[in-house]
Amino acid sequence: MAKDNKKNISRRDFLKVLGAGTAASAALLAGCRPTGRSNTSSITGEVPGPDRQTYRTNPHTGDRVSLLGYGCMRWPFRPTADGQGQEIDQDLVNELVDYAIEHGVNYFDTAPGYARGLSEEATGIALKRHPREKFFVATKLSNMGDDAYTRSREGSIAMYEQSFRRLQVDYIDYYLLHSIGTIEGVNSRFIDNGMIDFLLREKEAGRIRNLGWSFHGDVEAFDYLLAYKDIQWDFCQIQLNYIDWQHASGRNVNAEYLYAELQKKNVPAVIMEPLLGGRLSRLNSLTQAPLRQLRPDDTPATWAFRYAGTPEGVLTVLSGMTQMEHLQENLRTYGPLEPLNEQEYAALEDVTQYYLNEDFIPCTECQYCMPCKYGIDIPGVFAHYNKVVNEQRMPDDAGDPEYRKYRRQFLVGYDRSVPKLRQAKQCIGCGICKPECPQRIPIPDEMVRIDEFVENLRREKVSAY
Amino acid sequence: MGALFFTFITLLFLDFTGAVHAWFGWMAKVQLVPAILAVNLIVIAVLALLTLVFGRIYCSVICPLGVCQDIVSWTAGRVRKKRRFSFSPALSWLRWGVLALFIIALVAHVEAVKSLLEPYSAYGRIASNIFAPVYRLGNNGLAFLAERTDSYAFYPVSVWVKSGVTLGIALLTLLVVGLLAWRGGRTYCNTVCPVGTFLGFISKFSLYKPVLDPRKCTKCSQCSRVCKASCIDYKNYAIDHSRCVACMNCLDKCKFDALHYTTRRPAKAAAEPAGNDVPVAEATDGGGMSRRGFLAVAGLFAAANSVKGQAPDIVDGGLAVIEDKKIPDRETAVVPPGSQGARHMKVHCTACQLCVSACPNDILRPSSKLSTFMQPEMAFEKGFCRPECTRCSEVCPDGAIRRITPAEKSSIQIGRAVWIKENCVVNVNGDTCTACQRNCPTGAIALVPRAEGDELRVPVVDTETCIGCGACEYVCPARPLSAIYVEGITRHRTI
Repeated sequence: MAKDNKKNISRRDFLKVLGAGTAASAALLAGCRPTGRSNTSSITGEVPGPDRQTYRTNPHTGDRVSLLGYGCMRWPFRPTADGQGQEIDQDLVNELVDYAIEHGVNYFDTAPGYARGLSEEATGIALKRHPREKFFVATKLSNMGDDAYTRSREGSIAMYEQSFRRLQVDYIDYYLLHSIGTIEGVNSRFIDNGMIDFLLREKEAGRIRNLGWSFHGDVEAFDYLLAYKDIQWDFCQIQLNYIDWQHASGRNVNAEYLYAELQKKNVPAVIMEPLLGGRLSRLNSLTQAPLRQLRPDDTPATWAFRYAGTPEGVLTVLSGMTQMEHLQENLRTYGPLEPLNEQEYAALEDVTQYYLNEDFIPCTECQYCMPCKYGIDIPGVFAHYNKVVNEQRMPDDAGDPEYRKYRRQFLVGYDRSVPKLRQAKQCIGCGICKPECPQRIPIPDEMVRIDEFVENLRREKVSAY
Repeated sequence: MGALFFTFITLLFLDFTGAVHAWFGWMAKVQLVPAILAVNLIVIAVLALLTLVFGRIYCSVICPLGVCQDIVSWTAGRVRKKRRFSFSPALSWLRWGVLALFIIALVAHVEAVKSLLEPYSAYGRIASNIFAPVYRLGNNGLAFLAERTDSYAFYPVSVWVKSGVTLGIALLTLLVVGLLAWRGGRTYCNTVCPVGTFLGFISKFSLYKPVLDPRKCTKCSQCSRVCKASCIDYKNYAIDHSRCVACMNCLDKCKFDALHYTTRRPAKAAAEPAGNDVPVAEATDGGGMSRRGFLAVAGLFAAANSVKGQAPDIVDGGLAVIEDKKIPDRETAVVPPGSQGARHMKVHCTACQLCVSACPNDILRPSSKLSTFMQPEMAFEKGFCRPECTRCSEVCPDGAIRRITPAEKSSIQIGRAVWIKENCVVNVNGDTCTACQRNCPTGAIALVPRAEGDELRVPVVDTETCIGCGACEYVCPARPLSAIYVEGITRHRTI
């Protein structure tokens, strides 16, 4: 009897709760009908069009530039029809460019060497199908090769003229001195051969609308070129993300300093590597926890883009989008931009601290080092290593109960992602790649380090600690 | 029992992880000829005793080539039905002739003949050259799927023709033995196989044997029809015990209780023809190198930019083509550590290919020289003899590659590195290169300036500390011929 009573009471309670719940949900439903889809997530939902995108105005030409800029360095490849080689997937490029322009993106950044030297042409083909006033195109003077002809006036001008042909344009909106590294490099590439004067004249003639440069290197070179002959630079391209703001790796310069200097000279900043070659979009779950707590629906990539876009002196943030989904996600992030608040900056600082404690190799997979003359897949080796670091599955402690599993995953994964003859073991230490790296990674040293790690794994010489 | 032995011995050849060897590696070591060559007295004694007591159990259970024939014969029985076998007299001259030839080959070191006739090794070549590639391709299929499901359960292994000649011989052996088995069961075992003849001689005197009781026999011929050894002469109530492989099929078949597996003495039998011959080598050249480099962009370094007025060729990304390496012409072949040198290897090895199958570094492959025909030798274009690996020494059943530990291996010199000045990229391209020096596990390679004051440095080899592992040859960037390669030494030594 007592039992029955209990049951009755609980049933009544249950019905009460149910009734209240029904009323509440009915009220809610009146306002919003469940669609089975999230409306707040950055990876689903409507893609905002041009009217909702964030734009920044270039103080020198008045260009209204979309905050989301299209980086054309990583265009996707597909096998050629004969199956013998690879070519740029022009259909996909066209589709992405069309979608981007339709949704208000108007800045496209390429360079002669990008995508195995095929990017300018592919970008030109895609852009040619749109009215010229719909887009701004940026390309670069990539005369950083070691040989005399590349650095000569003649070779440099030939490269400059080739860009017009490949892009199929009669003026270039944004032209950059590519990858400023050292004072010596600035002198030999632009000053001694008179290229800087040549380009300034081209700008007067209207064939270049904005003249600037991209920077990866010594702070002295940055200061030197920024102040050179009091030229008013129209823009400057720098690497900016929440890691590089105060913790630039290797010999890179903190973005905080670079941005402040540009602001002083009224030079708008174009941002590259907002995701560090994608690494900031692949944070492990532990690292992204503080971000997810604040905004559960936003991906790490969304955070990184909001970070890069928040400073007002940023003209555009470049993203090398190879998937439609990435493009859509970024359009949502900047349509419109929600600037970061203090609390969010603090959360990103937590992420930065986690990140800096890990043993990442600061490779952004930009491919400047490639192709390695001796066949090494340099970015592939680093990517595998970073992937394991990020997943926190590094088999570096034989006492770890998961050690056997991690060891197998590391070695099997290594052979899967990089063929044996392209692995770090085969690096001969010639050092040809070293000056090519914009992140100043001592590539041969890192190859030796990784190979020694792999050798110790294979020889089971990892000790427990 | 036979099926179990057969399955696991086959798996020894198929498995590349070493897991099967840990449990069933002994199955290769109880094979008769390998045990004799390894001077494994216990195994020899046990096998002799086994045969002396029970007859040729060895041939129907332990020998993989024997069981292989049973499988073929059984399949044939399914397909062709009934009246399969009938008594045929022994071809004694052929049997004893082949055995004599085999013994002469063993003593006089005619290795090719020895290797061809030895039954376990003949099966080993079939398993490693024909079955193993199929098994491994299957594994690679699973590895492909595993990769796509982010599983690490399977990993791909390279599958390539290690020697066209050996593959040809394996195919021919399978064809000849298979054909004989299809037609007449154990014909090969009882007319060609020297091990069969030898054990047959012993089994004549074996304690237990099938005996036909003339008082009960009705001469129905049923026993003779199921005898895959064709050794029951029911008309004379005689069984040729030298050919009987103790399969016991006849005992089950006899409805009149006339056949018994017993210790009683039987009557005797006579001899007459059948006919076949030894599988002979035929070359099918294949030397197939698989593993072409990935799709890659070529012609990047062809001094492209010297034409005036042309834009400098700036390219980021892509992979340079990697040319396949060629095997250098060695004066002395390099044989694995533990084999003590060319002579010991030559005398003991029966070319069963177990080490070739087991080598995880793709170094071992069968020799094509007649004097060491199909015996393993080393080449380093796909890998090098890794310091932690002693797999070949663990699997070898003949004592050709003696068991060693990684610690012992680290001080066994099997060869010495030789530098070829004209091939070295330091000289050819003027690039810095530290590949051989950096990868040498014994620190035997030092780099010295090419000349007084020259920044570029070239390798010098300390031939006293070099062990000949081939790491330098493998990593050397010079292609197709490495600029540093291993030259074997005739007698291995401890440094």
